[in-house]
Amino acid sequence: MATSIKKLPDIEQVLSGNGACGGCPATMALRIVGKALGTNAIMLLTPSCSVASMGMTPKLGYNWPCINITFASAGSSASGITHALEIMKEKGRLEGELPTVFSWVGDGGTYDIGFQALSAAAERNDNIIHFCYNNEAYSNTGVQRSGATPRGTYTTTTPSGKRQPKKNMALLMLEHNIPYVATATVAYPGDLYDKVVKAKNTPGMKYIEILAPCYLGWQFDMAETVQLSRMAVRSGAWLLWEAENGKISFNSPSSNIISGKKAAEPVDEYLMKQGRFKRLLQGSDASQRIAEIQGDIDQQIAFMRERAKINI
Amino acid sequence: MKAAQVIMNTGTHAAALAAKCARVDVIPGYPITPQTSIMEAIAAMVESGEMNARFIPVEGEHSVLAAAVAASAAGARVFTATSANGLLYMHEVLHMASGGRLPVVMCNVNRGIFAPWTLWADHQDSFSQRDTGWIQYHCSSNQEVFNTILQAFRVAEQINIPVMVNFDGFAISHCLMPLTLPPQEDIDRFLPPHEPEWRLDPQNPSSFSNVTMASEYAPFRQMLSDDIRASIPLVKQAAQEYKEITGMWDGDTIDTYRLEDAEVVAFAVNSMAAELRLSVDILRDQGIKAGLLRPRLYLPFPAEDIINALPQNAQVMVLDRNYNFGHPGGILASELKSVLFGRRHDITVKNRVIGIGGIDLTRRFMAEQILAMMDE
Amino acid sequence: MKSVTKAYRPISWPMKGSGGDTGSWRTHRPVVDHNLCNKCQFCWVYCPEAVIDRIEITIDYTYCKGCGVCAEECPTGAISMVNEEEE
Repeated sequence: MATSIKKLPDIEQVLSGNGACGGCPATMALRIVGKALGTNAIMLLTPSCSVASMGMTPKLGYNWPCINITFASAGSSASGITHALEIMKEKGRLEGELPTVFSWVGDGGTYDIGFQALSAAAERNDNIIHFCYNNEAYSNTGVQRSGATPRGTYTTTTPSGKRQPKKNMALLMLEHNIPYVATATVAYPGDLYDKVVKAKNTPGMKYIEILAPCYLGWQFDMAETVQLSRMAVRSGAWLLWEAENGKISFNSPSSNIISGKKAAEPVDEYLMKQGRFKRLLQGSDASQRIAEIQGDIDQQIAFMRERAKINI
Repeated sequence: MKAAQVIMNTGTHAAALAAKCARVDVIPGYPITPQTSIMEAIAAMVESGEMNARFIPVEGEHSVLAAAVAASAAGARVFTATSANGLLYMHEVLHMASGGRLPVVMCNVNRGIFAPWTLWADHQDSFSQRDTGWIQYHCSSNQEVFNTILQAFRVAEQINIPVMVNFDGFAISHCLMPLTLPPQEDIDRFLPPHEPEWRLDPQNPSSFSNVTMASEYAPFRQMLSDDIRASIPLVKQAAQEYKEITGMWDGDTIDTYRLEDAEVVAFAVNSMAAELRLSVDILRDQGIKAGLLRPRLYLPFPAEDIINALPQNAQVMVLDRNYNFGHPGGILASELKSVLFGRRHDITVKNRVIGIGGIDLTRRFMAEQILAMMDE
Repeated sequence: MKSVTKAYRPISWPMKGSGGDTGSWRTHRPVVDHNLCNKCQFCWVYCPEAVIDRIEITIDYTYCKGCGVCAEECPTGAISMVNEEEE
């Protein structure tokens, strides 16, 4: 069982009155991350909504030392910091427990421009946590397609719907043989909290991806941010899983979908809640488009079910 | 007191030994010809324990400098090296290092730029990074590479501006020359530990480079510009103190040879400037009052020192190993003319582009070039 | 080596209100009916802005952006969104 809401720590590392949109899933998730990491951490950000949200010089909306770095560099810059801290401690210039070094990066900075440096950091197994808060598009620049955008999605650069399915980024990270990989989403804060605590206590490279429904990019009512997160999981469009030392396990409620105990809800309702799909589902090809999206989801469920059985 | 040690070494190994003697903490690295053997030497010294540092084998030069600036922001003393296209791939992060006031020291082993591929020395790579806000030294010998890296750390950390130490591929990087290693105690006296007044510190959280409105961005940039110019006295002081401690001298912002009474002044950087001393001797033997002025600093361009050093009515023969595209000659000539304009009406500047892509520059060839330029 | 000049970096320091008094963004205000509230803390955990006191279930209106997530997630219907202009 995931940690209950009432047992989550009081500590707040996201400070009220920051620059994020109302209902922002990234700050919602980052609050939970802060409760798990505490104050002894160093945060890296690449250009993304969370940079726009963090306040403008000289004000900072996060209670960590933060460094904004070049877009392609989350993996390498986080490695630079963690190595610097370790050698400075070895040389006696730092005392006490070393801070957790974590990157807080969007899907663009993870799936696309940041992939090379991230892959290399994973291959080196450097001691960092890479968080990808995934809103399935370049939301900060006004919602353009990314490698995380699912098939059939309207974005400003896919006006008739994206033709290609998204990457399975978390699985790609797992295939680097790193000690910990997890997926999470804002509707399940206890699950997210537990995963961050595990990552914090695991040496080496950790990857946690958090589905972050963005009302602006996805075109729904901002009050429904958590609802959309929940619907993504219940429909199987987002699977909650984690892998410790390569062994995949699924978390509730995704575990029920994988085991077949409970069928995934049809994706229709989830899609029709979102303008980014709904606007393309008005014509005669609507059922074909929905079938395509459903097909991608079914394929991923089936694939992950089988992938989890590989345990060598 | 321990005596200095003299060894035979290549330019790249001299650079690696300087990093070791500077007691650097973190070295992110990636191979590129002709720099590669710096990283190989450092990786070997770190593995053997001879060097107490972390070598991070990253996956490309953009990541090299991204890891370097982040490690520097964490409070470490950071060194790295690159060449040519590697330097160009870093371009974005070069700006971040200077704008972030992070005192990284990096060697660039000069090499011509793709396309087409070339492996050999010219100066298009470092000169084309002029406007990235790095202090740039250019060195003429293996010993100067070693000495300059130590001076570079001192200057960088005093003024919080990154420093690039340039030297030619192959002519310096791969040639064995005698190298004097001062005793480590002397180096430690010259270069005390890095004590940054700001770093990423959870005890005192602050963030770096949030979005900044023009009203604050503009003063930050102005201060960077002012401080780069203010580095000149620090460069001189570092050279002077290094000389007092080690007895070695390569010049400070500039280096000169037989300049005092010269009527014809060769003006160039890097290994070709070392060879030009011999060209000057050839010309002197022919009765021509020749001399040499070698800017050791390319950025900030040492305007006052050049203006003060040039003899009255001299003809300055600028030998550029690079192109200033859109102009008839090279970049150094353009820089020189801009500092002389309105200040030294007596000086004539002539310019040739030579040695591109590593074409061999012998003493005789360059003496002939200067003779031909005198007739132009 | 110690700096001889002050290093002017674009540095920022943690504080509330880094985006200003963001309460002014609100069009609707969440109002808690303490008679209906069961103190489950769902509103507290899902609030993106950290403006809800988890014990008292009170809201810091200086910074609350009025997104309505708390009202949407409240299992007892104790939070309603009231139009700011109707007061």
